[in-house]
Amino acid sequence: MDKASKILLSPQKLDVIVQRLACQLLENHLDFKNVVLIGLQPRGIYLLDRLCALLRSEHGIKSVESGYLDTTFFRDDFRRTHKILTAQPNEMNIQIEGKAVVLIDDVLFTGRSIRAALTAIDSYGRPSAVELMVLIDRRFSRHLPIQPDYLGAQIDALEGDKVRVKWSDNKTECLVYLEKNEA
Amino acid sequence: MRKLSVHHLLGIKALQEEDLQLIFETAQQFKEVINRPIKKVPSLRDVTIANMFFENSTRTKLSFELAEKRLSADVVNFSAAQSSVKKGETLVDTVNNILAMKVDLVVIRHPHPGAAQFLSERVSACIINAGDGTHEHPTQALLDAFSLEEKLGTLQGKKITIVGDIRHSRVALSNIFALQLMGAEVSLCGPPSLIPKYATTLGVTVETDLMTALKSSDAVNMLRVQHERMDVSYFPSTREYALQYGLTLDKLEVLNKELIILHPGPINRGVEITSEVADSEQAIILDQVENGVAIRMAVIYLLAAQYLPTQAQSA
Repeated sequence: MDKASKILLSPQKLDVIVQRLACQLLENHLDFKNVVLIGLQPRGIYLLDRLCALLRSEHGIKSVESGYLDTTFFRDDFRRTHKILTAQPNEMNIQIEGKAVVLIDDVLFTGRSIRAALTAIDSYGRPSAVELMVLIDRRFSRHLPIQPDYLGAQIDALEGDKVRVKWSDNKTECLVYLEKNEA
Repeated sequence: MRKLSVHHLLGIKALQEEDLQLIFETAQQFKEVINRPIKKVPSLRDVTIANMFFENSTRTKLSFELAEKRLSADVVNFSAAQSSVKKGETLVDTVNNILAMKVDLVVIRHPHPGAAQFLSERVSACIINAGDGTHEHPTQALLDAFSLEEKLGTLQGKKITIVGDIRHSRVALSNIFALQLMGAEVSLCGPPSLIPKYATTLGVTVETDLMTALKSSDAVNMLRVQHERMDVSYFPSTREYALQYGLTLDKLEVLNKELIILHPGPINRGVEITSEVADSEQAIILDQVENGVAIRMAVIYLLAAQYLPTQAQSA
């Protein structure tokens, strides 16, 4: 993080939000028997890991089924820019057929990654329902009609600015900050 | 931003080590894709690919076609036997006619060395070489190296022996380039008549005794004797060849070591490799075939990524 950045969520606040999201998941899915949590590569997997750890340690949920999903090959901007999309590993050793899937990502911006994830998830089976959890919702930047079911915080930022989430094993180092577009 | 250093895949010789790493990493993801219940991704839904085979092929053609279809590309197939080539049309004319039908990418196999290179200089499409005469067969070498890396972890310092008809083999040349790029030591083994004189200039060792070559090897790639490319006799009889250079269970027992066995196919059972060896656990022939689809998906995906449609270029 450099000087041009501004902290949006402090480590303490981020920790409280993640705990609230875990509680909200628990409220809706209680025993987690028919639920699969899927973190979207590359950044959504950190929130997923934090949530799974919390559900196990704080709420006594013994087994939370989870996976990592990469949506690179399902993106709609392939061959539209000079940026080449390179894929991250998928870890989907789970059955999703007939289960409720919760897609988890860090920042919801245009909604295009989520659209790609909705298509990608179909390759593994037909879930009974799909929900969306995001840590940060950049609400006025959407290109598609996609809204989160679970939401950490809403942030309004200029189109060119970047909202970054910094994850770390040490909770006091995790935070959300705004990276100003200086161009 | 990582991308390939080339715009066509004409041969391994033009590639760099980073290209191989990028292709392998991408292929790893595609291998996961082709093991899903639905084995298809929509990446190339706006791309049309022509498979132009001027020479017979079963495995490579099927593998390319499957790879293309798994990427959602539209595929047209062309085989020289039933085409206007027989009526005297030139290669460039044939390809340009096909490109006029709005084809973006051409996969070509041709009996003449350099055919893919020749085309890439004359037509405006991305070209993938699926074997040009006795020159190169890059995707085969990529899938061989990928399969070996899966088994051995790294190829750095490993010794790989290529056995058989090196003279007529495009697989051998591409394999030598690919394995050397990955840091492996390559040795060639076969009857002197089937080892080209320039072999030693490629930085490989040459051994004419099979057992001596295999003693120090971590893996062996058994090539087929290509009778169809032989205008004269290169060894006294097939039986003698099989006795000297065929891989048998007895020879493996004498070696008594972990040796990974590859074969690019088609196998002539009982000649370069016996049925027992081909079907043994040491042979990774079917892994090679599975990896072939993933590697070809990766190559097509990465090349297509650089070959932007006109509206994107102007944007």
